[in-house]
Amino acid sequence: MPDPLPPALIRARALTKRFGTFTAVDAIDFDVAPGESFGFLGPNGAGKTSAMRMIACVSPVSDGELSVLGMDPRADGPRIRARLGVVPQQDTLDMELTVAENLAIYGRYFDLPRSLIRERVAELLDFVQLSERARDQVESLSGGMKRRLTIARSLINEPDLLLLDEPTTGLDPQARHLLWDRLYRLKQKGVTLVLTTHYMDEAEQLCDRLVVMDKARIVAEGSPRRLIDEHSSREVLEMRFPVGVQETLDGLLEGLGDRVEQLPDRVLVYADDGDAAAAAAHERGLRPEMSLVRRSSLEDVFLRLTGRSLVD
Amino acid sequence: MATPAAIRVLEHELLLYRRVWRGSLFSSFLSPVLFLAAMGVGLGGYIGRAGGAAGAAPGGAAVALGGVSYLVFIAPGLLASTAMQAAAGESTFPIMGGIVWARSFHGMLTTPIRALDVLLGKVAYISLRLTLVCSVFFGVMVLFGATRGPQAVLAIPAAILTGLAFTTPIVAFSATQKDTNGFNALFRFGMIPLFLFSGTFFPIAQLPVFLQPLAVVTPLWHGVDLCRTLALGTADAAGVLVHVAYLGTLTAVGLALAHRAFRRRLER
Repeated sequence: MPDPLPPALIRARALTKRFGTFTAVDAIDFDVAPGESFGFLGPNGAGKTSAMRMIACVSPVSDGELSVLGMDPRADGPRIRARLGVVPQQDTLDMELTVAENLAIYGRYFDLPRSLIRERVAELLDFVQLSERARDQVESLSGGMKRRLTIARSLINEPDLLLLDEPTTGLDPQARHLLWDRLYRLKQKGVTLVLTTHYMDEAEQLCDRLVVMDKARIVAEGSPRRLIDEHSSREVLEMRFPVGVQETLDGLLEGLGDRVEQLPDRVLVYADDGDAAAAAAHERGLRPEMSLVRRSSLEDVFLRLTGRSLVD
Repeated sequence: MATPAAIRVLEHELLLYRRVWRGSLFSSFLSPVLFLAAMGVGLGGYIGRAGGAAGAAPGGAAVALGGVSYLVFIAPGLLASTAMQAAAGESTFPIMGGIVWARSFHGMLTTPIRALDVLLGKVAYISLRLTLVCSVFFGVMVLFGATRGPQAVLAIPAAILTGLAFTTPIVAFSATQKDTNGFNALFRFGMIPLFLFSGTFFPIAQLPVFLQPLAVVTPLWHGVDLCRTLALGTADAAGVLVHVAYLGTLTAVGLALAHRAFRRRLER
């Protein structure tokens, strides 16, 4: 019977990864459609990387079903990988080789002809703004440049699906924004992106849709906007009190907004109107050292779903 | 036409080697010159005179060495030992580098290349390195007049095979290691005793009787004896067959173990 829906690029059902007795990914289900930009959001150790490595066909599936580009990783690993671009969490660049050589040899791993590789190396270096560094040894590049080179390298085979495992972890804000811009351009060109991150802003910038992972399971799924609407209020009032004061406030905070969350260093009041909540707090005699109203973010969603913050 | 995946891995190794080939070639040449000058000409000349002074049958030491000078005796032994050491060097730290440090093997596995292709490409590269090292060494032997007859050139493939018989088991070992402590033990308790007691510097008949059977089962002794009998023109078919079968089996078993270790380490 013909399938009425466009076939998913990735389809996972009860996908599981075990290392001995430890379960890193516990029976998760998800689909990724062509052209979509899909994220795994979660703290370190949630199982994002293990899920990603199974999709990349470098880590065998322990249990459940997985299909990537309509093929089975168990049987067709090399054929699937020929059409993937992979940006691993840790760079695997050759430090002794030059920037251009790193791209060229990677192209050879895909058995691309040398003439085609020459063309693409020039285009890709231009795309990630490393043309001037083409002849430099990789060792001399900054962290952000190495990351850009890894992204350029993952594009050498013009992949149908680009997998990025924490693409901007450890980079300074400027380097991150440059990377995001390049990834956004790829997305505009119709490349399907799958990424893992523990940065909210990254997920909000890049993902059409995401799943929140915690302790090897998916705890929520949707677009960033929908997740915020479903699991958080429109606005958040953040208050910081002088040392020792926050512990004495219990009764005074109750009922200020829809929900109150106490973090070690501040109090979060979830409310549709943050300014009104701030006024109400003032009326009750609360005098925070600092107080600000902001829109709800995925960080708040995560806190709500798991009781913990993402980066600790 | 598609290039076999292992050859693409070899291309990577050659790209890296291109950066160091001058120094590498020079040391491949210098090391046999130094060894043959010191051990063969220097020590060998001294032993020869001492043997004569003892007044025994013409060249007392030379009889134990099969009627040849010490230089001619140790040169093929050193050739086999050099192949072993080159193999051990290429099969330890560079393997750890690919898996743990630079992680270049992990990078390869995100492409159509499989763990087996990485292994075969790496072994192909080491074979080329061994070919270079052994050929240069043989050339130096010829310069020193340490070969007997044209069949001596067969000592080159014999030494390469000796190197491979060490390469694959050591690659298998290296692929299971998390740090370099195991390598220190391997060199200290494996390579050095083999180097000293496998017939390179003196015939194993000189060893205490109870140690001789032990020496005969070590892979280096087979390599040394194969290279020596070929270089001196004293080889017989049965001996060559036993040595080649032994070293070939070790290479094949090592390859199977290395494949298992690579898969366990890289495809987790």
